[in-house]
Amino acid sequence: MRFMIIVKATKESESGANPSAEMLAKMGTFNEELVKAGIMLDGAGLAASSKGARVRFSGSKRTVIDGPFTEAKELVAGYWIWQCKSLAEAVEWVKRCPDPHPGSTDSEIEIRQIGDLSEFPGLLDEARAIQERLAASKK
Amino acid sequence: MTDAARTIEAIYRIESPKLIARLARITRDVGQAEELAQDALVTALERWPIDGVPDNPAAWLVQTAKHRAIDLIRRRQRFDKIGEQLGHEPREHEIESADRLDDPIGDELLGLVFVACHPVLSNEARVALTLRLVGGLTVDEIAKAFLVPAPTIAQRIVRAKKVLADANVPFEVPRGDELAARLASVLEVVYLIFNEGYAASAGAEWTRPELCEDALRLGRVLAELAPGEPEAHGLVALMEIQASRLTARIAPDGSPILLLDQNRARWDWLLVRRGLAALDRALALAPPGTRGPYVMQAAIAACHGRAREASATDWARIAALYGELAAAAPSPIVELNRAVAVGMAEGPAAALAILDDPALQRALTGYHLLPSVRGDALAKLGRVAEARAELERAAELATNARERDLLVERARRLG
Repeated sequence: MRFMIIVKATKESESGANPSAEMLAKMGTFNEELVKAGIMLDGAGLAASSKGARVRFSGSKRTVIDGPFTEAKELVAGYWIWQCKSLAEAVEWVKRCPDPHPGSTDSEIEIRQIGDLSEFPGLLDEARAIQERLAASKK
Repeated sequence: MTDAARTIEAIYRIESPKLIARLARITRDVGQAEELAQDALVTALERWPIDGVPDNPAAWLVQTAKHRAIDLIRRRQRFDKIGEQLGHEPREHEIESADRLDDPIGDELLGLVFVACHPVLSNEARVALTLRLVGGLTVDEIAKAFLVPAPTIAQRIVRAKKVLADANVPFEVPRGDELAARLASVLEVVYLIFNEGYAASAGAEWTRPELCEDALRLGRVLAELAPGEPEAHGLVALMEIQASRLTARIAPDGSPILLLDQNRARWDWLLVRRGLAALDRALALAPPGTRGPYVMQAAIAACHGRAREASATDWARIAALYGELAAAAPSPIVELNRAVAVGMAEGPAAALAILDDPALQRALTGYHLLPSVRGDALAKLGRVAEARAELERAAELATNARERDLLVERARRLG
């Protein structure tokens, strides 16, 4: 199964300050371990939310809100995609991760299982049928 | 299972391959090494729920296993003293080598892979042992994956360890010429596991994606252990690209969807990208003319992976790659696939010229895909009666019911 490992932002990471070289070095070593263990599929660090935007949906209306956004703890500073045997294994690996925001007291990493639609029998087939109907009606 | 037990199981999964590899360096016996690692696990299961999980669980397991190893060696030495009087060599050096358990892990893990995939073992045994020792899977997990009772897998592993001990298989990484042959044996085991997941030979489900994931993980570990081996990266590339199609190749009714008919939006593009990157590593390591079968198969899979829609497929390139693959690893199946690619690139007459080679016909006697491919080429050339006869012959030869139905239908549609 796959997990998204979400490194939450902090005030410091949102301020746009460079991460420390020491933290980057430790993270580099950790990344190498993940690759050697065969679990690392993907990952990246995100720029501060000041470089991002949000699109709010309300009926047919779309409102664009430019960053930065407040509530640093709700924001994402980086992510990985891992392939693990269980949530417990993903938790064990996260425990071994160096502190992504050294010096900060509210640093947090969230682990979320990536959804597998095959767990919902029939749903994908139904969606596919609708998709085909829509495509046919456009022709 | 309690939370503590789940945590310990997860830690054991992460740590056991390295732990067993280290222990095997000392005991020179993989079976014994696994037993020592298991002992350490049992101790952890007793102690951690009471004392709490140690800050460095890996170091704790190593220390615990080390004490057990030293106990074992002391017992052996007492036994050897008796043996000495009977004229056997003593093995004083072993206690000293037990201290090396704390050394950084070097080639040991690779050594473990080579032992688990040793040619002295049957394929079944190699698969079970590799998943157990290198993949860190439990016996129950392996049994579930292969749809056999757990005691069968347990027995298979016990017997495999005994075969290794009886054959006195050395715990080491082979060097020189032997390395290539032994590596091929390792890659074969990983690909066997993958294929059992990709086109299951037993059970109601046609694919078992979890086995593909296990094989991919093993392959990725192996490629990092032997980063200079192009075939290791080639196998990873091949598996990543094939696995990217896992969900797209099954129709709602469970029947297979052929590559060219798949909805490519449903491919896993993360895996495609990873596969292409692994292929680049393999190609950089192996100049043209030296590329092995996994690298070549991955290069062919990549041609499909790069095509966002089936009509964009570079068939001329695929045909050329099959030619190169045929030169590296000649096989009638490769030749048959080359005929398909040539047919797509140059037209059905060119395909027929390859298919009508008497040597190929002889080699593939009784194989349903030869008349199936030939029937396609004949149909495209307008030779309808011959085409129908070929497709009907293919249907007779097909063993899989779903494939047979498809061939009968194709013959019928020719009118």
